[in-house]
Amino acid sequence: MLSIKNLQARIGEKEILKGINLEVNAGEVHAIMGPNGSGKSTLASVLAGREDYEVTGGEVEFNGKNILELEPSDRAAEGIFLAFQYPVEIPGVSTINFMKTAVNKIRQYRGQSPLDAVAFLQLMKEKMKLVEIDQSLLSRSLNEGFSGGEKKRNEIFQMAMLEPKLSILDETDSGLDIDALKIVANGVNSLRSKNNATIVVTHYQRLLDYIVPDFVHVLYKGKIVKSGTKELAKELEAKGYDWIKNEVALA
Amino acid sequence: MTTATESILKQILESSTPAYFEAGNEGRKKALAQLSEIGLPTSKSEEYRFTPITKALEKKFTWTSSTPALSTISIDSFLPAIGDTHRIVFLNGRFSKNLSQLEGLEPNVVVSTFDAADSKTKSVIQSLLGTISKTGDAFAAMNSAFYLEGIFIHVPANTQVSKPILVLHLNDAQEKQVIAHTRLLVSIEKGSSLSIIEKSDSLGTEPCFHTFMEEMMVAENATLDYCKIQNDAGAVHQVSNTFIAQADSSRVNTFTLTLNGQIIRNNLNIQINGEQCESHFNGLYLVNGNTLVDNHTVVDHQKPNSFSNEMYKGIMDDQSKGVFNGKIYVRPHAQKTNAFQSNRNILMSENATINTKPQLEIWADDVKCSHGCTTGQLDEEALFYLQARGIPHASAKAMLLYAFALDVLSVVKNENLKAYLDQLISERLHKNF
Repeated sequence: MLSIKNLQARIGEKEILKGINLEVNAGEVHAIMGPNGSGKSTLASVLAGREDYEVTGGEVEFNGKNILELEPSDRAAEGIFLAFQYPVEIPGVSTINFMKTAVNKIRQYRGQSPLDAVAFLQLMKEKMKLVEIDQSLLSRSLNEGFSGGEKKRNEIFQMAMLEPKLSILDETDSGLDIDALKIVANGVNSLRSKNNATIVVTHYQRLLDYIVPDFVHVLYKGKIVKSGTKELAKELEAKGYDWIKNEVALA
Repeated sequence: MTTATESILKQILESSTPAYFEAGNEGRKKALAQLSEIGLPTSKSEEYRFTPITKALEKKFTWTSSTPALSTISIDSFLPAIGDTHRIVFLNGRFSKNLSQLEGLEPNVVVSTFDAADSKTKSVIQSLLGTISKTGDAFAAMNSAFYLEGIFIHVPANTQVSKPILVLHLNDAQEKQVIAHTRLLVSIEKGSSLSIIEKSDSLGTEPCFHTFMEEMMVAENATLDYCKIQNDAGAVHQVSNTFIAQADSSRVNTFTLTLNGQIIRNNLNIQINGEQCESHFNGLYLVNGNTLVDNHTVVDHQKPNSFSNEMYKGIMDDQSKGVFNGKIYVRPHAQKTNAFQSNRNILMSENATINTKPQLEIWADDVKCSHGCTTGQLDEEALFYLQARGIPHASAKAMLLYAFALDVLSVVKNENLKAYLDQLISERLHKNF
């Protein structure tokens, strides 16, 4: 589904990704871990198409398409979803209106007719249950005055609405208490299927107790330096990142 | 005054119809003298520093030729879709009886040109005209000296005018320039209410220069809703001088929407002469190209215990220019005044500019006043967020701008009008920004 080959990117003069290789197949969950500043969020942002980053080399194919050429909105319409680490507050735009526009723009991109108000409302009600989010929250301005947990639940609600093929969760666990974390993880898990894939970007192992990965990769200094199974995440939790840093230094 | 300014003023003064200034027209004579004394504003005039209207008048207009009267024209495409209204139509600055629709007004409501009024009404007009419009503005003096036609609207006590009155100004600049000066005198008596929507449009691309003067008196416990729509893509140069005087417990809501034009200058002057008054005055300017829009507002709290709230927002693209100057006066007796002001702007291009200046002068000591102005760019992070959800760049941008602009409409109570303005704003942002 997703094939990243030797991806390099920088922000300003600073090289951040220095040759990432990663293959993600449908049905898989990949965790990307690593110490602060290793390039985890950059990778998530580059995949979603954030303009601040300049891709200086490598390829990213998504279902056979070179997505590096695509606008962020087209990537979303192709089925890539980024759950933001810091969801943006947008006064004056309600989540409902925003989602209605997003759903219908994506449908338009795919050559489908727009959902009418009734069908949209039905879809929304169904997805709201999944992340236990209240309609009154969705009628308010997008994320404005939301608690950290509400913002993250709103991200997962949006993910449920858009039914992406590839979801990238960028530090979704940051700022969540354990109850909110469980709700968010449940939402993500119930959206998993053999047709879609998930990349979980996280600093801590905690989230991976709830969203269990098939593969774990360690990103350090802009490269994936180690890959393994969920056991690797546990090892990192127990031993910290220093042993990885040492390994890299020795190699 | 520069020589050029002097010469154009001389031309303007000489272009006057002599009949205006014969005996009985003392008001016009006085205004003419005032205009010649004040002179036209130059780049050195504090109130017109950023608004080179005199230069435009010099360059683009000839003062020797008069603007022809226009017998009729199709106005349908200029009527706003706001449901049923009464209608006053001005063509090239002259009242058109044929195109106006004033049947079915509530009993004893008077809508009449100054000239056609009966003698009793004429004396009322005489007693009101110019009483609340003392100003040093050259274009107010010019209007007072040269207005072609004035309309008097009188709402007697305890009368709610159910349908809004639409005042439509249409100028035909297809073949030659138009110079027009029009005037509106409104008196709303105790416990009454009135809604006025003023819209100006032109045909063709020859230059138009139009001065407006509105004097509106809102008596005790009366309500005025006033909306001004400036969406004329012609070569339009406008100066409006709007004066509103409020008596005890009156309510005033004004909304000024500017979408188009060459140079648009709005002087809005609100005198709070009563206690327990409430005034909301909002404005929105969404401009691009070379449009210059300049809003100068004054709210003058002369009595205690009143509330005023002003919110102007602007989005400027291309080389457009915005000017905002908001004065709040709180006089020594006006204790317990609440006066708030905000002006927020988004610049969409490196060549767009905004000059914004709040001016608060407060002599009373027990008041709540605040002001704030911000100028920024579109929030890139928000833009990316919307795009990351599948909303293409142009739509995402329009969505954010619309969200930024929208709350100024809160002051518009008429649902039909609100829907029309909403549509106008949304279309504008989706098409042109």
